[in-house]
Amino acid sequence: MSETDPVRRNSSSLILEIQGLGKYFSEFELSDVTFSLEKGYVMGLIGPNGSGKTTTIKLIMNLLKKDRGEIKVFGLDHVKDEKEIKNKIGFVYDENHYYGVLTIEQMKKIVAPMYQYWDEHLFQKYLKEFDLNPKQKIDKLSKGMKTKFSLAMALSHQAELIILDEPTSGLDPVFRNELLEILYFLMQDENKAILFSTHITSDLERIADYITFINQGRVVFTSEKDQVLERFSLVKGPNYLLDSSLEKQFIGLRKSSVGFEGLTADLEVISPAMKEKMIVERPTLDEIMIYLVNRTRMGVR
Amino acid sequence: MNIIISHMSGEPIYQQIINQIKTLILAGDLTEGEMLPSIRQLGKDLRISVITTKRAYEELEREKFIYSVPGKGSFVALQNCEARIENKRKQIEEMLKDVVKESRLLNLSLAEITEILKNVYDDMTPAK
Repeated sequence: MSETDPVRRNSSSLILEIQGLGKYFSEFELSDVTFSLEKGYVMGLIGPNGSGKTTTIKLIMNLLKKDRGEIKVFGLDHVKDEKEIKNKIGFVYDENHYYGVLTIEQMKKIVAPMYQYWDEHLFQKYLKEFDLNPKQKIDKLSKGMKTKFSLAMALSHQAELIILDEPTSGLDPVFRNELLEILYFLMQDENKAILFSTHITSDLERIADYITFINQGRVVFTSEKDQVLERFSLVKGPNYLLDSSLEKQFIGLRKSSVGFEGLTADLEVISPAMKEKMIVERPTLDEIMIYLVNRTRMGVR
Repeated sequence: MNIIISHMSGEPIYQQIINQIKTLILAGDLTEGEMLPSIRQLGKDLRISVITTKRAYEELEREKFIYSVPGKGSFVALQNCEARIENKRKQIEEMLKDVVKESRLLNLSLAEITEILKNVYDDMTPAK
């Protein structure tokens, strides 16, 4: 069920374009990853653990060498124009990639000169807002504090594309909420764009305009979030309604002794008389993800 | 301006925004020329995506409830009286539906409902 966004976009407004991206490892391969993001919008890269989200992000950042395909950031080649591109990208890593023995202040002094447009005033403002003590050793920071430090670094050099790799994993709902607030604040500027990856879809999905769903190294869909949510329906009902023709309408089906629950993209083909005996709900992205992943596991594409 | 959206309701979020802004305009709570929050501000305030608010505004614009000035924002458009009267009629119809529903519980006939309505109407009309 691979598909691309049918909306034709103005190429000059594209901040990120990925075409036919591939990377091969002995145990895993990422293949034919294609999606794009225009400025002013937020894209969530979702998928289960090990599906290829972090690999995709590392390839964009040229931390891994791609084997195939093309990546353009701000219309520029991500390898040839790496230096220029990275000036305008704010990157928040999943794992801490700073020297733990240094303090926040010392680390900043090393990193800041690498950026052309470092804004010290803004950085200090973020430190205050995030309650970070510049004299604190990075090793001594909690996971949430490390992410906040990483965020402060990413947001203090006038980046136009913010990339966050699993920014909320292992963090509590209060922090996730704070992060969401920061991202909404950033997106008041229509020239910026955000790409984040996550396997917890329920919190960050609110802000996402687009969703790209990756599973087993392939893009399952890349689409407007609202369209995804409107296309699928979650249907529940008593078991006696199930026959082979109804079963065929489901992408995934879970039967139990007290009824069935299934995900369908073809609600229209189920007759109104049947529907009356069933409950039809809007699935969450989580539910859509689970059904699609399970289907692939059973070998259906 | 108050807009309250539900994530549990089956109604799409953009549709909820459209309906509520329409209601605010037709009720006169939002008046002609009044500026609406920007799509980015509304997205932030409602904690939904920019595309969702954009879609709602585009639909309201198509139906001439609002208009937008590039670089300035979106504003409430002039509403004609007909639309307002039509909207009130619809509201009355909705209220009467409740009346009919309740009456059916008591097995009241149409004539009996009409009789009640007439009495209420007479009671509320000052004698000449």
